[in-house]
Amino acid sequence: MLACEICVIGGGPAGLTAALHAASLGASAVIIDRNDYLGGQLIKQTHRFFGSKEQKASERGISISRELSLAVEKEKNIKVLTAATALGYYKDGVVTVEKDERFLKIKPQKIIVATGGAEKTLPFPNNDLPGVYGAGAVQTLVNVYGVKPGRRVLMVGAGNIGVIVSYQLLQAGMEVAGIVEAAPRIGAYWVHAAKVVRAGVPIYTRHTIKGAWGKKEVEGATIVELDEQWKPIPGTEKDFAVDVICLSVGLNPLTEILWQAGCAMKYVPELSGYVPLRNEYLETSVPGIYVAGDAGGIEEASAAMMEGALAGLNAARALGYSAPDFNSRRANILRELESLRSGPVGEKIRKGLEKVTLTERREMRSGLSNLSLLTSNF
Amino acid sequence: MAGKEYAKREEVTVICRCEDVTLEEIRTLINQGITDMEQLKRLLRVGMGPCQGRTCSALLAGEIARATGKYVGEVKLTTFRPLTAPIKLEVLTRGETHD
Repeated sequence: MLACEICVIGGGPAGLTAALHAASLGASAVIIDRNDYLGGQLIKQTHRFFGSKEQKASERGISISRELSLAVEKEKNIKVLTAATALGYYKDGVVTVEKDERFLKIKPQKIIVATGGAEKTLPFPNNDLPGVYGAGAVQTLVNVYGVKPGRRVLMVGAGNIGVIVSYQLLQAGMEVAGIVEAAPRIGAYWVHAAKVVRAGVPIYTRHTIKGAWGKKEVEGATIVELDEQWKPIPGTEKDFAVDVICLSVGLNPLTEILWQAGCAMKYVPELSGYVPLRNEYLETSVPGIYVAGDAGGIEEASAAMMEGALAGLNAARALGYSAPDFNSRRANILRELESLRSGPVGEKIRKGLEKVTLTERREMRSGLSNLSLLTSNF
Repeated sequence: MAGKEYAKREEVTVICRCEDVTLEEIRTLINQGITDMEQLKRLLRVGMGPCQGRTCSALLAGEIARATGKYVGEVKLTTFRPLTAPIKLEVLTRGETHD
């Protein structure tokens, strides 16, 4: 059994920042990540980030990931376990892990769950044909492994991921036949969308994929227009000859460990699924278990880093570590988060967080009793 | 659907990719009144593959919600238990091994 102060599950933007901030106060942390490398999804993000300097604006995800990984490697207080999958959480506070075909047990004093999200998919006829991918998977194939999944792609979903991946596929030399979006308007930032539109890619809003076709693999897709009630309008079908269909229809928070630990969970559409209740310290209803980043609600990498920082500081503080500038550091992070979530762009996130963030421990306890549906022990 | 002339195979909508469970199979059981995710799981093995429902449980919950008129957040999920990922029995039987 490996005893440690803080176990950070997930070595993406939230997890790396969490470990670094905890270590900066003197706490020791173990980072577990199932990939062979640190950085999570940052390593495939070749576009520049928005935001302020603290949020690493105008840097590309891949360089942010390099920076964070280097800082983590230099930090003596952080132990890194890559190619290590967290398998479960048990009542006695033990986290089990598989690494290199070995079974490990870790007994941390605090846990920061920074597991991120997983791609959602869509049900449609022939959705199991080879050639139907998640957009994030395609981004990994192209940007990490240098493999083109095909020649011509139909992208389903015009959020940031769908639009950015479409542009990166164009850069990789693929053809993008179109981007389909069920909502009446695109969800992506205009600066990203403008690039694909300038490149001549049509965006079909109020359309959805009706089905895929092909003998042994995708040879094409049919899309259909939706009415005001999101119902398909017969006769509006359009066919596309494509060999790749990319689904960019959102992410689900990855919460298995939180459910297993018995954290109070709530379904919040604005945060893209079931997420744990948490207090202002990002601690869940199970004392000592914190959440940061997409595992607590799908947002984006800049906010994930800020949440990681916050969870790392708070977990270390709860262990008795501090620094003279602790309060101002925490206040700065909270300000950064507030600015990231300000304005119309942050409205959905603010609304979602309001439903799960409890400001007092007491409130969380009373909230718990009213939320009998939400715990994992049915 | 248009483009059908290209489709030489039967059209299938897959909900659970790990266990190859189709939307049609799920709807047939739901129409028989089985709207409990736990029961559907036991009858169809939906969500019991390597990904442990990571992909399909949201789709399944949505399908149950549509059929029952429930809010999707009120559809009871199945219990989450370790392990979260497939592991060889050999690894387990060797027991805990640290450096």
